[in-house]
Amino acid sequence: MLALVSPALLVILALIVLPVGWLAWQSIYHDGFTLENYRRVFTEDVYWRSFALTFEISLAVTAIALLLGYPVAYLANSVPKGWSILILSLVVLPFWTSVLVRAYAWLALLQRTGVINQFLRYLDVISEPLALVHNTFGTVVATVHILLPFMVLPLYATMQKIPNDLMQAGASLGASPSLTFMRVFLPLSLPGVLAGCTMVFVLCLGFYITPELLGGGRTVMVSMLVSRNVELYNQFGAASAVAVVLLISVLVIFFVVSRFISLDRVLGQK
Amino acid sequence: MTMKQKFGLGCALLGAIGLTSAADAAEQITFVSQGGAYQQAQTVAILDPSAKKLGITINQDSIPDAWPAIKTQVGSGKPIWDVVDTPTGNCLRGGEQGLMEKLDFSKIPNGAAMPEAYRSPYSVSYEFYSSVLAYSQKKFPKDAPNSWADFWDVKKFPGRRALRNHPFATLEAALMADGVAPDKLYPLDVDRAFKKLEEIKPHITVWWTSGAQSAQLLNDGEVDMEMAWNGRVSAVAKEGAKVAFTYNQGILQSTSLCILKGAPNLATAIKFLNEAVDPVHQANLPLHIDYGPGNPKAFETSVIKPERAAQLPSEPANAAKQALMSYAWWSSPAGEAAEKRWASFMQK
Repeated sequence: MLALVSPALLVILALIVLPVGWLAWQSIYHDGFTLENYRRVFTEDVYWRSFALTFEISLAVTAIALLLGYPVAYLANSVPKGWSILILSLVVLPFWTSVLVRAYAWLALLQRTGVINQFLRYLDVISEPLALVHNTFGTVVATVHILLPFMVLPLYATMQKIPNDLMQAGASLGASPSLTFMRVFLPLSLPGVLAGCTMVFVLCLGFYITPELLGGGRTVMVSMLVSRNVELYNQFGAASAVAVVLLISVLVIFFVVSRFISLDRVLGQK
Repeated sequence: MTMKQKFGLGCALLGAIGLTSAADAAEQITFVSQGGAYQQAQTVAILDPSAKKLGITINQDSIPDAWPAIKTQVGSGKPIWDVVDTPTGNCLRGGEQGLMEKLDFSKIPNGAAMPEAYRSPYSVSYEFYSSVLAYSQKKFPKDAPNSWADFWDVKKFPGRRALRNHPFATLEAALMADGVAPDKLYPLDVDRAFKKLEEIKPHITVWWTSGAQSAQLLNDGEVDMEMAWNGRVSAVAKEGAKVAFTYNQGILQSTSLCILKGAPNLATAIKFLNEAVDPVHQANLPLHIDYGPGNPKAFETSVIKPERAAQLPSEPANAAKQALMSYAWWSSPAGEAAEKRWASFMQK
């Protein structure tokens, strides 16, 4: 068994563990042992603001993705097989388009001369174009779009495993459809909710291109700090310290979540 | 495995990558620029003719931002690249950090003949571009904004604005808007510049990060005026958008050629560097792209027609209207402090 696994382990060691370890090492070692990079991250306002903004955006994106994704997954779960395949294909379809293309597509929709503003002006709903992009709003909209499949798929997988008999049993005991949903279906689907939310939240924490293109320069997320610090301090250590702090936050989140639900489930194995 | 061993192994891996190309034959170099239409233009105007004249092979590589790669390559002790075309500031701070070869100008007569402000102990100017004030002609059919003071004047020139999300050229523009003469900018009064920027900040719709983005903003009418690189604006205009720009108070910037410390083909690299800034090769560059030659002597050859010269940022009359960016100031401690201050300015 070990012989079969070892090539994969070697690849992971050479391509992931070593470089990440090397970067982490650089964050504390530069012409001698130093905590300067971490002192900066924990004392300068700029970092605090970026981390706070990144968590705010990630929370907003997760909440919106859940509100949008749950009904979609529910629908896909309750319609005949052919229809559910169609719905899921539509959810997954954007996966085949690059993140960059999708960001530019949102720009074409949301900007001052974009489709939405022109349509609203044509209808005389607004007299001045709305500021829909080059801000946090535009960033959140596009990020939700990109991350939605990561919410819908775990939700759908969990819902598939909820036996239909339970809902019929509820109905036979006189519960209304909404009561059966609230008391039976919803609680049973919670592991999927938690799995989807964790995936979306964690992926969103590391978003780079979308806020860079749609944030107008004011929406500075943590990953952008990483790239900026390479430029600003001319050494990788300053950037990897930011990355290490983000990595540790993610691990803490996983740890906290795993106290409520087994990690195997979050990663979709059961 | 301890951290130290991991570090050692990482270095060994990087070194191994370097070895593969260092063992090759003598009369060739690896030249690195930024890719795209710009590198193609150089290939036709400068690289191919230089290779032919010197009888060498020029291997090309391209990377949008060479700086991290320069650090990694020289840090490994076995660089792969010889000559890099990169923003002049990279050559200067690279020189200070021991990442660049100090140039012997007795072997680079073409470089030695260039004005002092156009070279450094580690580099020679290769081409010029300018951060200019660009505007929509639809929005301003006449009485267009013509100075940074106009850009700052939101009453006289209402409209949406964009600036680059970077202190380079932006601080210079702010000081000119505040009345500082283009030739009296350095050392920059950083406090004054940021104070002036606070004034315009609420009126800036977008702080752009890439040249492509600045072009898109202007092309789609997302903003009515912005700071942009001259080549980007003229490309948008050529495609039919009603946009224009002025060289007045533009900030003249350059990329330079420098040689990596321990370059595998140092002697050939120096020969190439001299050839690349030859006035005739240099004069060929603007025939293929909207950038000005790094060597002002190029304008004395008959290669560039006067009407073409008038469009170029480094043409003497245009250059006289602009501020020449001081990369020496930007790579000084004061410049680096200003660059760091930018981040807190943006996020406030």
